[in-house]
Order: sequence, then structure tokens, then C-alpha cells
Amino acid sequence: MRELLRLRPYLARYRRSYAVGTLHVLITNAITLLGPLVLKRAVDELRAGVLTMPLAGYAAILVGLSCAQGIFRFWMRRVMIGASRRIEYDLRNDLFEHLESLSVPFYDKMRTGDIVARATNDLNAVRMFLGPAIMYVANTVFTVTIGLTMMVYIDWRLTVVALIPFPVLSVVVNRLGKRLHTLFARIQEQYSAISTHVQENISGIRVVKAFVREEEQVGRFRLLNNEFIRRNMSMVKLWGLFFPFMGLLTGIALLIVLWYGGMRVIAGKLTLGGFVAFTTYLGMLTWPAIAIGWVLNMIQRGAASMGRIGELLDETAQIASPPTARAVEIRGELEFDGVSFAYDDEPILRGVDVAVHAGETVAVVGGIGSGKSTLLSLVPRLFDPTEGEIRLDGVPLRTIPLPQLRAAVGFVPQETFLFSMTVGENILFGAPTVGDDRLREICAIVRIEEDLAKFPKGLDTMVGERGVLLSGGQKQRIALARAIARDPRILVLDDSLSSVDVRTEEEILAGLRRFRRGRTTLIVSHRLSAVRDADRIVVLEKGAVAESGSHGELIGGHGFYLRLYERQKLKRELEGLA
Amino acid sequence: MSLGDPVIPDEEVISRSFDATLMRRLLRYLRPYRYRVLLSVGLLLILSGLSLVGPYIIKTAIDGAIAADDLPLDERLNTLTTLSALFLAALALEFSVRYVQMLITQYVGQRVMYDLRLEIFTHLQKLSLTYFNRNPVGRLMTRVTSDVEVLNEMFTSGVVQIFGDIFLLAGIIAAMVLINAKLALITFSVLPMIFFTSYVFRRRVRDSYRDVRTRLARMNSALQESLTGMKVIQLFTAEKRSFERFRALNADHREAHLRSIFYYAVFFPVIQVIGALSAALIIWFGGRSLLEGALTFGALTAFLQYTSHFFQPIRDLSEKYNVLQSAMASSERIFLLLDTKPAITAPAIGAPGGKKRTASQATSLPRKGTIEFDHVWFAYNDDDWVLRDITLTVEEGERLALVGATGSGKSTLVTLLGRFYDVRRGAIRVGGVDVRELDPAELRRRIGTVLQDVFLFSGTIDRNIRLGDETISREEMIAASRIANAHSFVSRLEGKYDHVLQERGVGLSTGERQLLAFSRAIAFDPEIFVLDEATSNIDSETEALIQEALEKIMSRRTSIVIAHRLSTIRKVDRIAVLHHGEIREMGSHAELLRRNGLYRKLHDLEFGGGTPGPTGSISR
Repeated sequence: MRELLRLRPYLARYRRSYAVGTLHVLITNAITLLGPLVLKRAVDELRAGVLTMPLAGYAAILVGLSCAQGIFRFWMRRVMIGASRRIEYDLRNDLFEHLESLSVPFYDKMRTGDIVARATNDLNAVRMFLGPAIMYVANTVFTVTIGLTMMVYIDWRLTVVALIPFPVLSVVVNRLGKRLHTLFARIQEQYSAISTHVQENISGIRVVKAFVREEEQVGRFRLLNNEFIRRNMSMVKLWGLFFPFMGLLTGIALLIVLWYGGMRVIAGKLTLGGFVAFTTYLGMLTWPAIAIGWVLNMIQRGAASMGRIGELLDETAQIASPPTARAVEIRGELEFDGVSFAYDDEPILRGVDVAVHAGETVAVVGGIGSGKSTLLSLVPRLFDPTEGEIRLDGVPLRTIPLPQLRAAVGFVPQETFLFSMTVGENILFGAPTVGDDRLREICAIVRIEEDLAKFPKGLDTMVGERGVLLSGGQKQRIALARAIARDPRILVLDDSLSSVDVRTEEEILAGLRRFRRGRTTLIVSHRLSAVRDADRIVVLEKGAVAESGSHGELIGGHGFYLRLYERQKLKRELEGLA
Repeated sequence: MSLGDPVIPDEEVISRSFDATLMRRLLRYLRPYRYRVLLSVGLLLILSGLSLVGPYIIKTAIDGAIAADDLPLDERLNTLTTLSALFLAALALEFSVRYVQMLITQYVGQRVMYDLRLEIFTHLQKLSLTYFNRNPVGRLMTRVTSDVEVLNEMFTSGVVQIFGDIFLLAGIIAAMVLINAKLALITFSVLPMIFFTSYVFRRRVRDSYRDVRTRLARMNSALQESLTGMKVIQLFTAEKRSFERFRALNADHREAHLRSIFYYAVFFPVIQVIGALSAALIIWFGGRSLLEGALTFGALTAFLQYTSHFFQPIRDLSEKYNVLQSAMASSERIFLLLDTKPAITAPAIGAPGGKKRTASQATSLPRKGTIEFDHVWFAYNDDDWVLRDITLTVEEGERLALVGATGSGKSTLVTLLGRFYDVRRGAIRVGGVDVRELDPAELRRRIGTVLQDVFLFSGTIDRNIRLGDETISREEMIAASRIANAHSFVSRLEGKYDHVLQERGVGLSTGERQLLAFSRAIAFDPEIFVLDEATSNIDSETEALIQEALEKIMSRRTSIVIAHRLSTIRKVDRIAVLHHGEIREMGSHAELLRRNGLYRKLHDLEFGGGTPGPTGSISR
């Protein structure tokens, strides 16, 4: 239940809606309770045979009251349920905004399907608490208060006796509530598991199909589904008891009224009309009492779900701008000073010292797992080094406002991700204000024009989700264009032309040569042709700098680079002999 | 254009299917549980009866004891006590019946959801790639999870309860007619108004829920995509714009809900006013009859009670109306998915009307054989030809390389072999049999594929290699990993083959993922091996290991390889050069070089000349 306290600011924001809604609940209930009073009078008068008002008058009052009640009830729902939808909207926006602030390590650990489940299914459970649950609580409180008042007014002795069964209720509600909470949390957790499985299955459907793993996937889904049902049923067994139980309690109260109240009428201590009205009021309490079960369900479910959403909201952005960050002018001089990085305690980089002058092109090469990609991803601060410091123009990266830093870095990641927008929108993803002429130039640099001409709508062609219908090379070129469009001071290419054929790569690199002028460039590639031109080449081995120098210098040494060079050269010579 | 707009807005134009058809189809899911449903309805019947007993006992108590002033006191007290005891018995019975009934209903609801979810998921597995290209992940997830949840509400709180409500209604009507037919008719005079109101609201409510479901799916797609591409969003500081897009979709979703609240909030009070109208009629006419002596006082009280009971199920029904309409909107979408025919299936052979699409009836694949592409044409969209008139034969055991610039159609060609798509014109034959006559599962089992994008599942390395196939032993799996040279890096991981990978294999380098993809293909020991450009991401050192593995794989299998590596190309028997979807040249490496054509150009650009620098000495 404590989880729900988090919602206070949201409730406060819509306090007027809730106040107005509650007022409507009050009025609706008052009118509801007037009905039996009118009836009581009519019945008493009928029994006595003296009518103070024509029957049609009573009838008209009843209908009039009901119309008034209908109007207030309409507003009650509109205002309160509406407020809950608005909070849901606010909360989802806040959640999304918060998710955007969380850094890469969080996304490495958390599964997409799980987050989606929390942002939809759990949020909906919270919404049910904010809307219907609060509305029914208000309703119950008023109905019970007014109903009880009326009952006491008619016959206080009978009221006290009729309420004997209810203390049992509070004990049951308390016990059950705790248990329900745990059960709900387990259900939502399983829902996340299902959601995650579906998400992965659909994302990896090509692999599933290629290896004919459909049945195995269905099998796993069946297991998850089974467990989901099982958890749901264990909740049902407990909660299912609650409804009939509430029915029983109110029934017993009615029984007491019938027996004891009947005695009192016979003894002449209560009028018959009073007796009829009393049972009517008690009947009115039946529904709110039963609704307690329902409300309890929603509250516990909402609390469990809010807890799960809270877990996301409590994640703090590991990588953020410091409050003291001041904008600086960026020239592009990079300094890696004793940089180490460990991923889950596994060291990836060990004390890397590299200085890159502004406008210089530095290539990073190295074997599998040598830490090349990691080194590059430290530049736009996708991760922060665990030890050491990276400085840009002499200023530590951590003190530069994050948006400014990232705006200055054009990053082309190893794995291409495109959004389901048009090709043009993807290119302008980070720079929406770029004009058409510039866009054409960019397309020329990355050599995508020919491909564009073949697309049905050129730049306006929709990219399928994750760019499904584009070839690997096309995707990489669009990703490169996306980075260039930002006109960055620093360009970072993480093996980003691997799926482009060598001829196209040559052309792109030639086009980039002009673009690179005056810009700092960091490039990782396995192709010597791509790194040979660099001002300097840094060789990483097991996370540490093994060699560094120009192409000419390095082939004069006898390290990794020479071996790499010789292997590629040898290959060519062998092939030339064919 | 917003982030979450569907690639193809197929769901925007849902055919307005008839309720009864939808309902009948939904009810079909109850069939396997019909006895339980019957039992549940029976129990509801008892409950309906029991709920009528209460007011009747009270009526009898008032007439026969409480208000019976002319009877002796003792008799009045005795009658009251007896009736109270009866009341208690009825309560106890009601309690137990209600609990059992509730358990059965919930159980059936859960089972139906289970069946439905499983059916959707299983059906999804059968759909072809074209479908997945068109439908964003988020949308499909919404179908399997949240749309089914909406139906859950209908099945557990709706359908069975509706039967109960209808029975209850019938019982009350009977009771009212028995007590006083004339007064009963007066009460029922409001019924046409109820029917009319429901009729008016039906379409609007449904439309508003349809809206809600569409927008929910759209919002979820955007959410899903943003989460997957979060790194790119952050790198390009597009957080604000991305948020704005999401906010707009979220607002759309909210507005749709607010509209649906309006109908929901109006409908219920209207029904209540109609209810009050009938109570007023009873007071008016009933009161007059009482004064005329045509009605007893107890009967009037009972009537007033019955009226409130009479409107209880109607109110219930009107509340469930929303649940029902919302469920209809969801089921439309679910059925739309279930009705999507898999574009690619095993052929149905045998008598019409007989069992279809079973593997056994499809022509079985000859154990080995040649692969023939016979005048193959293919386009993803309309006439946007990706492959034009490809004719190519790969002999059994032959190794063929496909070479060509990006976008020349190489990847598409091998995708067609596994029948992920069907050819537009022409045919592909394996061992002389058209692949369309084969069971796709059977066909794919014979083809080992290493795809361009390596997809890894969250789970252990073991699971990612075996993909849960228990027929591959752990030893075989490790052996495969050794052949692919993945063993050494796996051995360095914590837990080795039981090392748990994060979603999409985060934490592994690109090279390592490719090694795993190789292990996977090798573990399944296919007869045909297809490699799609996968080696391009691996560094030279690892590549040497891969080349060695590749040789082992290809030596026993018919292989088609898309490669950029000369070392790979040199291992094959023949090379086909693709250009703009056509085969331009074909022959061995040496032949093609001698021909001095397209291949020579590609070769020189890719592996030899064209690059300035000190390594100009290739062909001495």
C-alpha cells in the first residue's frame, strides 16, 4: 500500500477534479437516500389510508429524483474516471521521459518486453485504482455514512444489533489484503515474462523460422502461460471467497433486522413503514459492502503494480549532466587519460592513454574483444570509465552538459538501428532543421543516391520496423548519413561500413575525406584500406594500447599491426597468383 | 509522420463485422468447457432462485406476522422465527453456491484465455516474414497480451454472468406476473425504452472502444520501438522530439478513452432513470389498486422490492455492455490476426475437405539433390523487381558463391531458398521438387542458415546454440561450438555454456555473436548450408579461424555463400555474379578473372587496386 503514496503529487494536481467528483458522489448518494424516504412516506400513508399528496405526485417526485441523480452520477463518472485517465497519461509521459534519461547499462539489463508490460499493463492497474477504486471508496463511505445515519434515526437499537457481523469484516479485509498484494505482484511478474517472451519471439522470428524452432517457442510460451493461469487461479481461490462472504455478512444483517426488527414492530416499538424503510437502507448498504471486495482487489493490484512502476522510476540515470555543467566551445581535442572500464567486474579497458588532436583522424584496430568498441562508446558517454578520465578540449567529459557533448559527437554504431519512419526522417533524426540541399549533399557523401532512386518513393520511402527491407549496406549508409547530418565536431565510426562492399566503402571514405577536414575522427575497422589513411593508428590488445603510430611507422615495428598487414597482404598476393 | 505510425495501416479499416458472428465465434471457445459452463449456469439459476427467496420471505413475514395485527402474538412470533431460520438457511446455501460458481467461472475464463493466447501465438509462428515486416512488434504484442486480457474480463465477469442475469430476469418477471399480472405489465411497459437506449448506444460505444484499441496498439508500438532504439535516441539527443511524438500518441489514446467514458457515463444513468420510472408507475397504479382493495399491502411492498431486483440485472447488463463492447473491439483485432492466412504453407494434397497442411501429405524432400532456380522473379513490393529471371543450378555437394554490389539481390535469393517468401514467377526446386510442394519446416530443417543480422535470445549460450532442440546433445552442441571456433571465447565466460546472455546478446562483441551463429548452424547439421555475408564483421585474426571452420562445413554440403572475402570465394567451385537482380557472369574464380568483365572489376575494387597506398603489388 505504501507504493501508492507515490501518486500523491498526481492526485494533488487533479485535486479539483477529485473534489468535484467527490461532491457529486455526495449529492448522488443524498438523492439515492431520499428515494426510500419518499417511498416510506407513501407506504405509511397508503397503509393508514390517508394521502397528503396525490399518488401521481409521489410518482413524479421519484422520477424527478432519479433524473437529478442520473445527472450527478454522469458527472461523477465523467470527472473522476476522466481524472484517472489524465493521471494515467501524465504518469506514462513521466515514465517515458524518465526512461529516456536512463543510460545504456540499464537497457542492457532490463528487457524491453518487461518495460513495455510495466508501462501498459501495470499502469492500467494503477489507473483502475485512481479511477473506479477511488470513486467507489468515496461512494461507499458516503452511502454507509448516510445510510447508517438514517438507520440510527429510524431505530438506533436495531441499527446496533444489525451491525454485529461487521467487525469480522475488518479483520478479514486486513488479512486478505496482504495476501492479495503478494499474489498480484506474482501475477504481474508472470505477465511480464509472457510479454518478454512474445517480444523476443517476434523480434527474432527469422531465426525461429530458419531453424524451425516454432514448436519449441510455442512450448515455452505454453509453460509461461500455464504458470500465469496457475498464479491467477491461486488468486481467484482466495479472492473468490470474498464476494460470497460479503453477501453472507449483509445477509446476516438483514436476517437480524427481519427477526429482531419484526419483533419490535410486533411489540409496537417500530412502525411498519419504519421497518420497510430500514430494510431498504440496509439493502442499500449491501452493494457498497460487496464492492469493498472489488475495491480491495483494485487497491492491492494498483499497489503491486505501482511498486513495479516505481522500480523503473527509482532507477537513476547513471550518466547525466552535473548540475554545475557549463556550456563550452568544442574544438575536438580528445584526451584519454588512464582510462579503464569494466563491465560486470570484467575488465575491458586497462589504463588507456590516447591523445587526439583537434581535426586529427585516429584509427583503432585490434583483435576480437580487445575493447575497441567500448573505447569509442566512452566518447559520447554511453558509458563512463570506471577509472581515469576523458577530456575534451581539456575539460573532463563529465562536466560538459550531456546534450552539448552528444550534439558534438556524430556516432555511427556497429549495429544499425533505424526507426520505422521514412528514409529521409531517419537521416534527419538528429538534425530536423537541415534543408533539402544539404540533405542531398549528405546522401551524395554516403553514396545512397543510387539506392534512393530505386526506392519506390525515394527519401519518402518508409523503412520497415528495424529497417527490415533494406540491405545491411543500405542501413549502414543511412546510419552514417544520420551522423553526418548533425554536422558534428567529432565523428566516431565503430566498424560502421562492414556491410558495405569495398568499392562503395572506398567511395564513401573518399567523400568523407572532405567532410572530415577539420573534424576529429575516431574510426574502428577491420579493413586496412579504411584505417591506412588515418593520421595515427592505435592498436589495442586486451584492453590496453599495444602500439600506436602512423601506418608507415607501425609496419616498421613488429606488433599486431604488422601481422595484420602481412596477413592481408599475403592473402592478396596468394589471390593474385590464382 | 509520427514514430508509431503503422507501416501499413491495415487495422485502421476494420470491416464492421456483425456482432452476432463475432459473439458466436467467441462462444466457440467455451465449447471444450461446455459442461463446466452448464454447471456454472445451473448454479447461477439456483442463485437467481435464492435471491428471489429473500424478498419473498420478507413479504411473507410482513403479511403473516409483522403486519398481521389480527393474529395472536404467539403465532406471529413463531412464524417470524421460523421464517428467519429459513432465511438463514437460504443465506448459507447462497454463500456456498456462489463460491463454487465463481471458481468455475474464473477457471473457465482462465482456460479460455490460455487457449486463445496459445492459439494466437501458435498462429503467429506460422505467418510469413511479409506479415512481420508489415506489423510492428508492439502491435503484435498488444494482440497476444493486452487484447486477450480484455477478453478475459468478458469471459470471467461477462458471459456466464449474462446467462445468470437473463435467468434472474426471467424469474423476477414470472414472480411479478404471478403476484399481480396487471401491475407487472405496467412495470414492463418501460422495457421498450431500455431496448431503444441500448440500440442507440451500441454503435457509438463500440466505435469508441475500437478507437481505444487501435490507439493503444499504436502507442505500444512507439514505446517498444523507442525502447529498442533508446541508444540512438540518446546519441542524437532526440529525447525531446521522441518524447513529443510519444506524448502525442499517448494523448490520442487518452482522448479515445475520455470519449468512451462519456458513453459509459451516460448510458448507466439513463437506464437508472428508466428504472425509477417503473417504480413511480407502481406507486401510482399500485397505490390506487391498494386503495381500491385490489392489492394487498404485502404485495405492493414485494412489488417495490421486485422492481429494484428487476432492475438489478438490467443495470448489470448495462454495465457489462461496456465490457462486452470493449471485448468485441478486441476480438475483432484478434480474429483479424487469426484469419490472416500464412502466405507460405505446406501444400494440401489429398481429398478436399480432408486434413490439410500436414507434413506427411506434402511431398517429402529427397535426401539430397541439386538446387535449381528456374527463371525466378521476385519483388517485395508490386513491380519493384529485386530479382529478374534468375536461372541457376547448384549441383549436389557443389559450393557456390554469390557476388555482387549491395542491393544486387544476393540476400533475397538465398531467402527465397528457405521459402521465407515465395517467388513471384518461375520456380525453385530442391532435388527436382518445387519448394512450394514441400513442407516449409521440413525444407528449412535441411538448410543451415547464418543470417546477416545475428539475433541472440536472452538465455544461456547453450540455448542460443541448440535453440532448445533436445535432439542435439550437449556434447554435440559443444562439438559444434569447437568447429566454429567459438569454444575458446565461451570457455572464458563465467559459467561457460550456461552463461546467461542479456537481451539481444548485449555484452558480446559482434565477432563473438557471429561465432555463435556459426555454432548454431553447425549444431543443426544441415544438408544445405547458406551463409549470408556474415563474415564481414569479423576481424582478420578470427576470420582465419572462421575460414577453417567454413571449409569443414562446406566440404560435406551443398553450399551457397554470399561473401565479400576473397578467401571464402576461393573455396567455392563456382561463382555467380549478380547485378541489379540479374546474373551477369558465372564461372570459376580464374575463368571470371580472365573474362575481364564485371567480376574482374568487382574483384579489383574489392580486393586489389583502387586503394591508394603502399600495397599496390597484388598480381605479379
